[in-house]
Amino acid sequence: MDASTIIAASVGGVLIGLSAAIFLLFNGRIAGISGVVGGLLAPKAGDWGWRAAFLGGLLAGGALLMMLYPEAFPAEVPRSLPVIGAAGLLVGFGTRLGSGCTSGHGVCGLSRFSVRSAVAVGTFMTTGAITVFVMRLVTGG
Amino acid sequence: MRHVVAAVAGLIFALGLGISGMTDPGKVIGFLDVGGAWEPALAFVMGGAVVVYALAYRLIVRRPRPVVEVKFSLPTAKKVTTSLVVGSALFGIGWGLGGYCPGPALTSVVSGSWEVGLFVVTMLAGMGLHQVWERLSARGSAAAAPAPAAPLAEGPLKGVDA
Repeated sequence: MDASTIIAASVGGVLIGLSAAIFLLFNGRIAGISGVVGGLLAPKAGDWGWRAAFLGGLLAGGALLMMLYPEAFPAEVPRSLPVIGAAGLLVGFGTRLGSGCTSGHGVCGLSRFSVRSAVAVGTFMTTGAITVFVMRLVTGG
Repeated sequence: MRHVVAAVAGLIFALGLGISGMTDPGKVIGFLDVGGAWEPALAFVMGGAVVVYALAYRLIVRRPRPVVEVKFSLPTAKKVTTSLVVGSALFGIGWGLGGYCPGPALTSVVSGSWEVGLFVVTMLAGMGLHQVWERLSARGSAAAAPAPAAPLAEGPLKGVDA
């Protein structure tokens, strides 16, 4: 872990915090990605546009990164396609059942000293670490 | 106006994810590899974000209302439920398997990699599956207990944290 990695991580974190703060100040909402996007799948009247706009911004940000900082996206992902497919299912179902992901519970919830979010973060960090540990045993990597 | 703010917030969020290293599943898996060659750098992502948001949150919620909307829409649920724990546990397993959580996966879609494309498709399928499952269980409990108060109180509020 070198200084540039830590600086990049911190700068990125500050931007994420800033984005969530802007969203709260203007729109009064929590910037939780799984909630914002999940709500698009069951649209209620008048509740669709801002979600689509947020997702559009996220995709536009990805495109901007692709142009200016393509290193953000690695050429190789250390997992096979079947594992990635299963991972997506678990992430989608789990974040909706658990009412949040790394952004809603992690960034926003912990900042608000929410007990629910602290429990959620402790839980997904633990099962995430156990999964990585088991995957290393299974794949021998 | 609310749409412009949402789009700008989404854009800054994506830039933050990309700059921080969260869009690199290898780094995320390294961060979760506490029992192996642990790479703790990504802790600074959450650290940086929480410091900024924790300060901003306290200043912002003193306002009578947000700038654009008429009121704040903040999570009201307080109870630690089985759904919260089981859902978070499943999410963690998926996070450790794939190295992607929802934000970084969606941000990476434009990179055109097959892996991210597949992840996002199955993630959306998982979200849809949860919706179906919730609807079925709401119908089941409504049939078991005719008082509709429980599913109504639980349903719409559940997604509010995120």
